[in-house]
Amino acid sequence: MSNSSTTVDIRQTPQGRLGMWILIAGELIIFGGLIACYLLNRIRYPEWGMEAVHTSTFFGALNTAVLLLSSFTIVLAHTAANNMKPRKAQMYMMLTIIGGLLFLVNKSIEYSREISEGLTFSSPKLVASGKEVGSLFWSFYYIMTGLHALHVVVGMTVIFIIMLQIRKGNNLHRVELAGMYWHMVDLIWIFLFPLLYIAK
Amino acid sequence: MENGQHQQSFIQKYIFSTDHKVIGMQYAINGLLMAIAGGFLAYVFRYNLAFPGKDIPLFGQLSPMQYNTFITNHGMIMVFWVGMPLLLSSLGNFLIPTMVGTDDMAFPTLNMLSFWIFFVSSIVLLLAFFVPGGAYGGGWTMYPPLSANAYMNPNPDFFQALFSGASLMLLAVALEFVAMLMGGINFVVTTINKRAKGMTAFRIPLIVWFIDIASVIFMFAVGPLVAGAFMLLLDITVGTGFFDAARGGDPILWQHLFWFFGHPEVYVLLLPSLGVLGEILPVFSRKPLFAYKSIIYMALFSAVLSVVVWAHHQFVSGIDPRMATFFSIGTIIISIPFAGIFLAFMATLWGGSIKFTTPMLFALGFIGLFLVGGLTGLFLGSNAFDIYAHDSYFVVAHFHYTLFPDIFFGFFAAFYYWFPKFVGKDLDKTLGKIHFWLTTIFFNLTFFLLFFNGLAGEHRRINNYSFFGNVNKEPYTTFEKICTVGAILLILSQFVFVINLIKTLRSGKKAAKNPWNATTLEWVTDSPPKHGNFDTFPVVYRGPYEYSVPGCNEDYLPQNQEN
Ligand SMILES: [Cu+2]
Repeated sequence: MSNSSTTVDIRQTPQGRLGMWILIAGELIIFGGLIACYLLNRIRYPEWGMEAVHTSTFFGALNTAVLLLSSFTIVLAHTAANNMKPRKAQMYMMLTIIGGLLFLVNKSIEYSREISEGLTFSSPKLVASGKEVGSLFWSFYYIMTGLHALHVVVGMTVIFIIMLQIRKGNNLHRVELAGMYWHMVDLIWIFLFPLLYIAK
Repeated sequence: MENGQHQQSFIQKYIFSTDHKVIGMQYAINGLLMAIAGGFLAYVFRYNLAFPGKDIPLFGQLSPMQYNTFITNHGMIMVFWVGMPLLLSSLGNFLIPTMVGTDDMAFPTLNMLSFWIFFVSSIVLLLAFFVPGGAYGGGWTMYPPLSANAYMNPNPDFFQALFSGASLMLLAVALEFVAMLMGGINFVVTTINKRAKGMTAFRIPLIVWFIDIASVIFMFAVGPLVAGAFMLLLDITVGTGFFDAARGGDPILWQHLFWFFGHPEVYVLLLPSLGVLGEILPVFSRKPLFAYKSIIYMALFSAVLSVVVWAHHQFVSGIDPRMATFFSIGTIIISIPFAGIFLAFMATLWGGSIKFTTPMLFALGFIGLFLVGGLTGLFLGSNAFDIYAHDSYFVVAHFHYTLFPDIFFGFFAAFYYWFPKFVGKDLDKTLGKIHFWLTTIFFNLTFFLLFFNGLAGEHRRINNYSFFGNVNKEPYTTFEKICTVGAILLILSQFVFVINLIKTLRSGKKAAKNPWNATTLEWVTDSPPKHGNFDTFPVVYRGPYEYSVPGCNEDYLPQNQEN
């Protein structure tokens, strides 16, 4: 009812896109704060390299590839939506969701391996053996990847909801918004991957 | 909307409404209710300070632990659950759509969600008083290690830790931040995208500018603290060591994250109130706002500076002296744009034909009181003096002289000014003026003497000064009693406001469309504006402050008037 003909929308940027940009900026600042805290500690504690050895570069790289691919499929969904092809857009969105699922499966395999080695949020085993500082690395590892995984879940949910909404060819512009959010999720991972997996 | 008011149930219309005016009202009511809670806490601990150990009327005995809980929650409530909703959310919701000339916010559903998350956050905060161990009592800044280890029993399981006062406070604050972020997205997008035709950037009223700048500052500054709150919550609940020095963590890191947000937050609260002044002063001096554009530029400048002064709160937590100098200089520089804004306000009044209406009185009172707060802030900005005055009642008096005028005088000025527009009834003028004078007199009675107690060395987090020889003597003990009497009278004088409100709602005269002869767009539509605000969307031809323009019949030119 508020989008009735009497409303004057004189600005050109669609307001959904504008809102999404602001949301993304906010999210990036949250992760930026977290990454800054991590870096400050990382510089302070060279012994964190000994802990980073236990993260699996293979799984990290695999997940990077999965996310990049899913970013590609959501771009294809956006293109399809622009060409008014809701069926095709839905298919690519489904592929993106599958990519997200794959990411989460990989991540949980990783988590369970690390947890079975006693490397957890508070790593009592490390603390008991006098490596308190090492346990802090794992606290950061879990909070950063965990918060990111939460965003993956949110992104998948958003894509799923929009996938249902465009069924009848309506609201096709929302595919772009889902895509923007998904790119952000991808971008954050691009930062986390080298920080947690490559720098040993 | 074209086919008139379609049927809405009571719940759709007043509870889960997406109308920005209803949401603004909900925020105002929630904020005022929380102000009652915060005021009651203040009454209890002020009474305890003046008469330690005595039974407190309406409460009973206050234990030292409860004392800590009460001062902590008083601070939290007044800043995040009174100041933020009243100034930012309520004013933003009422004013932005009507002043830029549109029907509603850009994302009405998000807006509704924003309020309900805020509502839940208030409940979570108050709920903490009823969990085992009570609400958190380690100061509103929640510094670790105190906050990270704030349990009643030494080895709590996950759920005990999660339902401790400290965790609940963190959760409540996190929810509140989410609500404010959602509101901020709406404010900014609405202003950018939904302005009426002709409403160019420099025709937007000052308060809309200032609420938007405040929202952007908030969004930028709060991010790292959201991450920090998450880390602290994990420290409490699952035993991580982010802020635990014994585990390699760093408690000072929390202070940085907290104040990186905490200082800009001051401007988030200040800018909307300055915006209120920017609307009220021109109307009641019948003059254009002096240096409108420069005021906006100064606000933008201060917004940028606001994120590089935070460590002035940490001069005593062990900071590199070279950094301390940097932050001292930054702090003193940031007072320049605000001094500029206040001078521009003075210049607006200069030579005007001033009408001392109730909103104008509150606006002028704001300027007078804030001056005291601002000047004592300059003292505290220099680290040499700050180290002496840190955590003393000097600081308490200082920030009450800034925040009280800001939150309450700013809100009341706005309330008396826009009430006729948004409720559609005229408030009682005499009661309004009585309310102003009582509030001003008793506010000063409450806080002025505390400067002296602070300079005498009274520390702010002590519940009973009879054990401290240096301040447990005349005149300081008498000062304590005067402050308490002042605080009680200050609270009681708010009943004048309540009486005025009830009286007006029951038998107030219907308000005119434009009772103050103001120029901005909200005065063009009916009082109160209906769902959708305008019959036809206004077109804007001029800036917001065209008062006493030479050569025209009226002494004001509404923004939508062509010639
Ligand atoms: Cu500050």
